Formats: sequence, C-alpha cells, structure tokens
Amino acid sequence: MTTLHSVFKNGGLKRGVSALGKPRRATYVVLTIFVLGSLFPFYWSFLVASRDSGMLTERVPPFLPGGNFFANAARVFDTVPFWKALANSLIVSGTVTLTTVLFSALAGFAFAKLRFRGRNGLFVFIVITLAVPTQLGIIPLFMAMSEFGWAGGLQSVIVPNLVTAFGVFWMRQYTVDAVPYELIEAARVDGCSMIRIFWNVCLPAVRPAAAILAMFTFMTSWNDFLWPLVVLDAGNPTVQLALEKLQSGYYVDYSLVLAGTTLATIPILIVFLLLGRQIVAGIMQGAVKG
Amino acid sequence: MTVVDKIAPDEEKAGVRTSPRPTLRHRLSRWDVKVSPYLYIAPFFVVFGIVGLFPLLYTAYVSLFSWEAGDDDPAFIGLDNFKELFADTQFWNALENTVSIFLLSSVPQLIIAVLLAALLSARLRGATGWRVGVLLPYAASLVALGIIFANLFGPKYGLVNGLLQTIGLDPVDWQAGRFSSHAAIAIMVNWRWTGYNALIVLAAMQAIPKELHEAALIDGAGAARRFFSITLPLLKPTLIFVTITSTIGGLQIFTEPKLFDAMPGSNNGGSSNQFQTVTLYLYQTAFENYELGYASAIAWVLFVIIVLIALVNFFLTGRLTAVKKK
Repeated sequence: MTTLHSVFKNGGLKRGVSALGKPRRATYVVLTIFVLGSLFPFYWSFLVASRDSGMLTERVPPFLPGGNFFANAARVFDTVPFWKALANSLIVSGTVTLTTVLFSALAGFAFAKLRFRGRNGLFVFIVITLAVPTQLGIIPLFMAMSEFGWAGGLQSVIVPNLVTAFGVFWMRQYTVDAVPYELIEAARVDGCSMIRIFWNVCLPAVRPAAAILAMFTFMTSWNDFLWPLVVLDAGNPTVQLALEKLQSGYYVDYSLVLAGTTLATIPILIVFLLLGRQIVAGIMQGAVKG
Repeated sequence: MTVVDKIAPDEEKAGVRTSPRPTLRHRLSRWDVKVSPYLYIAPFFVVFGIVGLFPLLYTAYVSLFSWEAGDDDPAFIGLDNFKELFADTQFWNALENTVSIFLLSSVPQLIIAVLLAALLSARLRGATGWRVGVLLPYAASLVALGIIFANLFGPKYGLVNGLLQTIGLDPVDWQAGRFSSHAAIAIMVNWRWTGYNALIVLAAMQAIPKELHEAALIDGAGAARRFFSITLPLLKPTLIFVTITSTIGGLQIFTEPKLFDAMPGSNNGGSSNQFQTVTLYLYQTAFENYELGYASAIAWVLFVIIVLIALVNFFLTGRLTAVKKK
C-alpha cells in the first residue's frame, strides 16, 4: 500500500531516483527494527526500574512496566546526593553552554568577517587542534587544578570547557554566509562599535547555528564522565558520577541503579524528542560543511 | 572581504563632517577595529593553551621523571618510563584490547551506517521521524549506557543470555572471555554511534547530484551498480572523516569498559584485564596508583598511536574508495 502510494505521489522513476531508489516495504521493516533496537535499552532500563530486582532472576522477564518506579526513584535520592548532582550538572552544563556559544560566536565573527593579521594561519591552527585528543592531557591538567586549589570544585570542570575548537569552527562556517558585509558596513557608517555590530547585527543572524551548538554542547557536557571523575569528589558529583556511584557497590541493586539511569536520561530524551528535527539538521549540516 | 578597509574612509569623512573632536573619535574607532578581532578570538587561545597545548607538552616533561603524586622533588630518569612501558605486558595487553574493541566496533559500524544511510535516503514518509529515531541512542549518557548493557550482558540473569538459552544455545559469560567481552563492548559502542554516523553519511549522499544517478539509470545500471559506482566513490571524503573521528574516539575508549565489570567498582577492565583499555590503564596508573610519570608516558605513546592510525586510515580509506571508482 505504502509503496504504491508513494510511487504514485513521487511521479514515477525519474523523480524517485536516489541512492537506492524508491522505498519498498522492506525499507520500512528494516528501519522499524532498527529504531526498536535503538529504543530497547531505554525501555529495558525503565522496565527494571519500575519493578524490583527479583524480575531479573525470572526465566522469562515481564514485558510491561510495574508500579515501583517512584519508590525506586525515591531510593536513588536516598542513596546518593542526586539533587545536588542534578544541580551541579545543570550549573556546569548551563555555564559551559553559555560561554561556549558566546565565545565561539565572537571568534567565528572575527574569523569570518574581520580582517586582521594572521587570520588565516590562526584559523588553520584551530582546525588542526580539532584532532588533538584533549583527554590525553588529564594528568597535567589535574596537577594544575590541584595547584590552583580548584580540584573538587565545579570550576575545575567548567573552566577547561569554556570554549571549544569545534564551536569556533562551526560558528565561523555559518557566519561566513549568514552575515552580509553590507550590513556590517552600514552599521559602521552609523558609528557602531565592533562589539555592538557583533551583538546587534551578527548574533541575531547566526541564531540558528548558535542554537544547534548550544544543544550539542549541553548534551556533551551533561554526559561527560572521565574528567569529572578525575577532578571531582564523591561528595560533590555530577549526575554521571552519581550514577557510577550507585553501581559501584559490592552488591548491585539493579532496580535502584536503573531507576537512576532512567532519571538521568529522561530529561535529555525529552529535549531530544522536542528538538530532534533541529539536532538531525545540525548533524547533517555540519557533515556537509566539515 | 575587506570591510574594514572600505569602511575606514567613510569613517574619516563622517568624523570630519560632524564631530567636534574628530581625532579622539577617529582614534578610538581605529583602535576598536584593530584590537577587537584579537580580543574576540582570545578566549579560545587562552583556553586551548591551558587545556590543550600546555598539558600535551607538560605530559611529555612529566614522562621523563619518576613522578609520584605529591612528590616534591621527582627524580629525572630520562626515557626510562618509555623503556619500561615497551616491556610492560599489561600495556601491550591493553593496547591489543583497545585495537580489538576498536576494530570490532568501527568496521561493522561504518558498513551498517552506509547501508542505513542508503535506506534513509529513499523518499520515506515521515523522513525526519525516522532520522530522529535512528539518532536516539546518541542522547544516552555513556554511564547510563554502560550500566544498562552490563545488566543486559550479565552472566547469570542477563537478558542476552536468557535469549540465547531460549533458542537452545549455551549462555556466554560475557565479561569473563576476552573476545566475548570485546564483542559486548563493541555492541555498546555501535549501538550509540551507528545512527549518528549514518546521518553524516546521509548528508553526503544527498549532496550527490541527482543527474549522475539518472544518467546511470538510463545507461541501464541497477541499484547495486549505481551504489558501488557512483555513491560510494563520491562518499570518499565523508568516509575518511567518519573513519578518523571514530578512530580518535575508539582508541580513547574508557567509560564503556570501566562500567562493564561484572564486579562493579573493581575498575580493572576484567579479572585478568581481558578488557582493560589503554585509557583505563592510564587512569588507573595515574589516579589509583599515583604514578604520574609513568602514566604520562602512556598518554604520549597513546597520542602518537592515535596520530599514526589516523594517518594510516586516511590513506587506506582513500585507496579503497579510489579502487572502486573504476
């Protein structure tokens, strides 16, 4: 049915030509299986979280959620400082997102629209640094943070992530096309300072790219694990550290642990479903430009 | 291109005409134009200096010392850390594990991503919905994911073993075996990244001019022929990009193996280090055993390996897709 209909709608062969031609029913079946597979681990963790751990020993596990989710979630808050972890993650991810977007937009504006000595060389340098895995620098970075007395504090997670090479690159690519020189010139003639031109002319024009960068930065920061694990302590965790703490006992109560993972995943999943279209567009746009 | 150059004369004229203090305003504005760009790009370079460049160089420096955490006067030992590292069976084991997990994840992942992208490039109803659905795993946190998969692959009550037994196979002690643990971790990695990479490949596929496919179609080329002769060769730059990013990510794999342990909290990457990766070894050496000098040597060797493999990838991917062009 579907296939026939879409062939009809798309006007036969010529317009329907793409990598593999028109979708057949098999295409939908394969994609459905794939999406169900994508969803399954989320569903499974909610399933276990909404029952008690006893279900895991059953030969054939139940397929519908039980009624214990809120009880298990409450135990998460009793076992680890989950409120504090949530607040910490919000502070860290919020700050990092704001500064990354602002600093990247500023640098992107400079690289795309302003003339200054060394512009090309410095930009190439930034592109090269994209390939440097910063993870490998954790030892001296940790030593530096201890030296400053920042270890254990949120600033130790925030400061290294204030701005990224990817952010600068991304905003520069977008600004090149999005901000016409005529607008900048007009503003200059009207006596605008550089920073006002950035704020009043450039920033409104690059808002779509800034929004996508904000989403990616927030998700990356929210899910970061290795560096917070190195530099924060158990009393002042982010959500990811709290999750890891839940699991790290000798005996693992999976209903409790997976209630924690569900709690930590639901907010991101909601954001993702609401903004999915933009996120997809962002990834695909980045791929073509990069 | 030359906004500033074009603007400057206007500014002068405007200044002369209207302002009672032309020189000050003029000077301020000149200064603004000259200095602003450097101020705007400064945050990146300051942050990169602190978290990128300094650590990379200082790691090299620390690696020349026998440096324990809290040491006031670490002893300079030259390249001894590296000599020790090359004779360290645990390091080689970790490197083997890392490469094995990396290959088990990136090879199938790329193949599936390209096929998935081909499916997604058809004129689907609700195209965006499918794309979002395929990308869902990307939203999961690695920690949550590690915990969930450790549960699914649990040796006694894991769902995967339950399924195996239901269809009459023997259960597998996923964490205990070397290959089985690598496979399970690779499945975790693939589950998260395949959809993401498929979208990147899809974007490149859509950039291929439709006329090429139409011309081939008229020449009588079937779907498979067009896929191998047109789509794949034109995807080359994107495939190189995806391969290199997944190499850099794959060789640093840490969270998944750390959380996969059957005995959580033991952190070893398995009872006999069967799935200990290089980054996990690095973490333990530095932050559990506090041997910062030795850990720095590990970090540098890993860095060099990543760069080398990225280069090899670059040439290999170029070769493979070039051959298919014929």
